[in-house]
Amino acid sequence: MQISMLSFSIAALFYIAFFILAYGLVAKILQYKNTPAPLKIPTMPAPTTQAGVVFRMSKEVVFFESLFKSSKITWLFGWLFHFGLFLDMLRHLRYFIDPVWFWVVIIQPFGKYGSILMLVGLVGLLARRIVVDRVRYISAPSDHLILVLLLCITTTGMAMSFYLGADVISVKSFFVGLLTFNIQNIPADLVLISHLVMVAFLMIIFPYSKLLHAPGLFFSPSRNQVDNAREKRHLAKWAQELEKTN
Amino acid sequence: MADSKFDTPQLREYPIIPKLKKGVMSHSKPFIAKEPHQEPLGFPGELVDDWENVAIKKMADLQGKYRSLQVYLDSCVKCGACTDKCHYYVGTTDPKNMPVARQDLYRKVYRRYFTFAGKYFPKLVGATDLTKEVLDDWYSYFHQCSQCRRCSVYCPYGIDTAEISMAAREVMDTIGVGQKYCNEIISKVHKIGNNLGLPGPALEDTLEGLEEDVEDETGVAVKYPLDVKGAEVLLVTPSADFFAEPHVDGLIGYGKVFHEAGISWTVSSHASEAANFGMFIGSYDNMRKLAVRIREAALELGVKRIVFGECGHAWRVAYSFLNTLAGPWDFLDPKYPVPQHICEVTYNLIQENKLRFDKSLNDDMVLTYHDSCNVARASRMGDSAGGQFLIPREIIKATCNNFYDMSSDTIKEGTFCCGGGGGLLTDDLMELRVKGALPRMEALRRVVEEKGVTHMAAICAICKSQFSKVFPYYDFTMDQIVSVHQLVSNAIILTGQNDENDEGDHPQEDIDEAA
Ligand code: SF4
Ligand code: SF4
Repeated sequence: MQISMLSFSIAALFYIAFFILAYGLVAKILQYKNTPAPLKIPTMPAPTTQAGVVFRMSKEVVFFESLFKSSKITWLFGWLFHFGLFLDMLRHLRYFIDPVWFWVVIIQPFGKYGSILMLVGLVGLLARRIVVDRVRYISAPSDHLILVLLLCITTTGMAMSFYLGADVISVKSFFVGLLTFNIQNIPADLVLISHLVMVAFLMIIFPYSKLLHAPGLFFSPSRNQVDNAREKRHLAKWAQELEKTN
Repeated sequence: MADSKFDTPQLREYPIIPKLKKGVMSHSKPFIAKEPHQEPLGFPGELVDDWENVAIKKMADLQGKYRSLQVYLDSCVKCGACTDKCHYYVGTTDPKNMPVARQDLYRKVYRRYFTFAGKYFPKLVGATDLTKEVLDDWYSYFHQCSQCRRCSVYCPYGIDTAEISMAAREVMDTIGVGQKYCNEIISKVHKIGNNLGLPGPALEDTLEGLEEDVEDETGVAVKYPLDVKGAEVLLVTPSADFFAEPHVDGLIGYGKVFHEAGISWTVSSHASEAANFGMFIGSYDNMRKLAVRIREAALELGVKRIVFGECGHAWRVAYSFLNTLAGPWDFLDPKYPVPQHICEVTYNLIQENKLRFDKSLNDDMVLTYHDSCNVARASRMGDSAGGQFLIPREIIKATCNNFYDMSSDTIKEGTFCCGGGGGLLTDDLMELRVKGALPRMEALRRVVEEKGVTHMAAICAICKSQFSKVFPYYDFTMDQIVSVHQLVSNAIILTGQNDENDEGDHPQEDIDEAA
């Protein structure tokens, strides 16, 4: 079988994008991990046990608890978007796994509705960014553009799954091929290709943009520390050095 | 007020989020520290040559030392959830007082020098060079943050603008642009032992004076000891407690509690200051040196416990950092947490029925309680999360008949800063302080009108000083702010006091312990 230039390019793009994403994220995570938190600064009231911290974190990750406290509208749009994204990412697993796991089959239709949630969330977030003077003030061009990028990815995806259809069999063999270093042809479908190129671009900018909020949340000392300063002495390496010199 | 050069904000009937007005607070800048107040702290006396490079180096250094800073600089998504949460934004409507915008003053420099996007596409991500204008903005707006952490509660990632403000102040100190108020005070503690520069003999006079006053009033010889070796408790309290109203009434209260419980205690002239302004300027080193004085005093006096008086940020440093900065405390009595808050001591004694009160003695007041930001969001009291909200309220309820909370979004973890915290309690920032107090004044006005509240109690020296100063701008009077232990002092029944039963004049031993 003849492999098209286009297929090679897209394959190469995804290898590069994946490498940049993985390298960038690992580097950032290591940086966060290796940077000491010299003082106990959990936002109080904070859990007094490690299990409590896991519970606090789960509420932040799953329900965006703090955001819920601060702004119901932002919470609504933000949560809809992320939840939709989550469903859609699960749905997309079918392009990488063969045979497709049972539960991935089950959730296919939910993934489809997930895209609607994403769309609503993104439009809401973008509107808020433009309409509310305070949010407009703090927005850089990149803040708008990331939303636009996500909107384009969502709408091209929706166009394919709701109207245009796509040659899912070929798409799947292309991605399974990528995973096994056996490059296959990808259909020369403009909507599909733009969808994929934008996703690759998103992967590339992830570790170099505010999308770092994803790993950042887990390393936030104000959320992940246990409130036990009096019981347990907490000392960073560099602070220990100070004690020697006095 | 007639003499002020700015307008006191109007209290609003329904607090709605104000529209932003650019630049209205850019003129607000505290006095700059001169050489005598910079050098004792290890900072240059004036703006150094090549300051841009020195500053960028310091930023790199801090990012490597503080995970909080590194993670917070990267993680903000500009969701805007924090934008209306800062009392300085609400009170001034200057957009750079929105927490995220304040962080961005630092973040845009971080991005320019430390991130790929900022190095190659600065316009796209809002990155800028560190110029003199940027530095001016830093000086202005990082001294319009009281490090109260309210923004951190509401941020989906817990981003704490206080951490960024501390870093920015440390960078500025390093290049010779320090703030006079904080640095002058820190140099006094290094030299004399307290913020006010009160030497030992002056302290002794003050404490003796208190003993006389209390004895005159109650007939009981309550002691206010200084530098007594072998005392059980070392009391570390903000120096304002030694002389200013209403602080000193709180100190009188601590003494009565210790006396009644039979706990021997002492103040130390070496560590006669609970406040630790090292935190405000983000300097671990200075904070540590101040904290170590407490360790030295405890060792020198051979005490078994350390108790802190009413002070907000001091309690943060004490509760959250003291073990780190000056521990381990293995030479103290392991039965007690180190350190303890005076409210914990009083509360425990109340629970054990060791104190008796005549609540009617506070009947001339209807109380509300102001949660100090550093106690509420940066520390704890008691054994379980939220004790810092419960314990002071329980003490008030045990000593007063009339108590009402302010509206729920303005207390506990959502409390509004008094407007004077974080090293801003200085006359050269009066406009900021008055405007920053707005949300608290609105909440207070509501309970005054709806519940007939007459007084607000607090457990922070900065809050108390700030409110005595800004109350008149909002048509309250200075004396409407009281110490929690002032309420305790008013209501406590001392064994053997003048008017107790008919045995008033008898020596203490003759009275049966009724409680
Ligand atoms: S709430 Fe947090 S993430 Fe959102 S704008 Fe404020 S600091 Fe940034
Ligand atoms: S810490 Fe407090 S004063 Fe500083 S930005 Fe946040 S809310 Fe405002």
